[in-house]
Amino acid sequence: MVYLTRRAEFSASHFYHNPKLSPEENRRVFGKCNNPHGHGHNYTLEVTVAGEVDARSGFVIDLKDLKEIMAREVLDGMDHRHLNEEVPEFSDRIPTTENLAIAIWNRLVDKLRGAKLYRVRVYETDDLFVDVYGEA
Amino acid sequence: MKAYLTRRYKFSASHRLHSPEFSEQENRRMYGKCNNPHGHGHNYKIEVTVSGEPVADTGMICNLADLDGFVDREIMPQFQFSNLNQLDAFRDVVPTTENLSRELFHLFRDKFRLAKVEKIRIEETMMNSFEYAGGGQLRPVPNQEVYDR
Repeated sequence: MVYLTRRAEFSASHFYHNPKLSPEENRRVFGKCNNPHGHGHNYTLEVTVAGEVDARSGFVIDLKDLKEIMAREVLDGMDHRHLNEEVPEFSDRIPTTENLAIAIWNRLVDKLRGAKLYRVRVYETDDLFVDVYGEA
Repeated sequence: MKAYLTRRYKFSASHRLHSPEFSEQENRRMYGKCNNPHGHGHNYKIEVTVSGEPVADTGMICNLADLDGFVDREIMPQFQFSNLNQLDAFRDVVPTTENLSRELFHLFRDKFRLAKVEKIRIEETMMNSFEYAGGGQLRPVPNQEVYDR
């Protein structure tokens, strides 16, 4: 099995707020991330697919296809967007990096014609990233 | 869905690689420059990986402020600007980065209770890194359900 990773970047804003909690609790739990005007990150997305190398093409997946799928399924809807306001997954869920990685996994898992999604990694900053592998 | 969150920290420390199990000459041969009796130092980059299902109310595996607070309280005071050889953990253990990975893994696993600690990864320099998962797997095997699609 060979694992192939493609990287992409997108920039988005978000803030953390749970309407079920009081304003004080929101500030206590989420700290600076609770600022209602939001703040932003340059996210780095890494998508790793796993598979056997096709004997004729030498590919696990055509990188051009993977790039297009990532653009269509993820970047078009998230790059230069406000995650809370404009990305449907976060209408009732807090756009933490954990939930963002899960949302991206769910967007991609059935779209990779022939190849298999192994891992989605989302860097919020150089010092913080989240991995999901589709485990229940 | 289970998620794995990795947070990166840095500390600077010195060490000397020297084992009483070997002669002076063997120590020099085995550890080379790292056997210099005066020691030397590194800027270590530490990655700790915790896992779990994000909590519905917060969207988080655990609050990063709690993880950062734990590191500020339990890790940095011991390790930042320390001489690793002087620490209790390395009294009878050579402070290689292999052994540092094990020590940090056990400190996190034993004392940080707010999420499952999966793994420690340390970059000693840009050119080498070490990972330890307490004997467990470093990363999940491919999800069979996804793989079978």
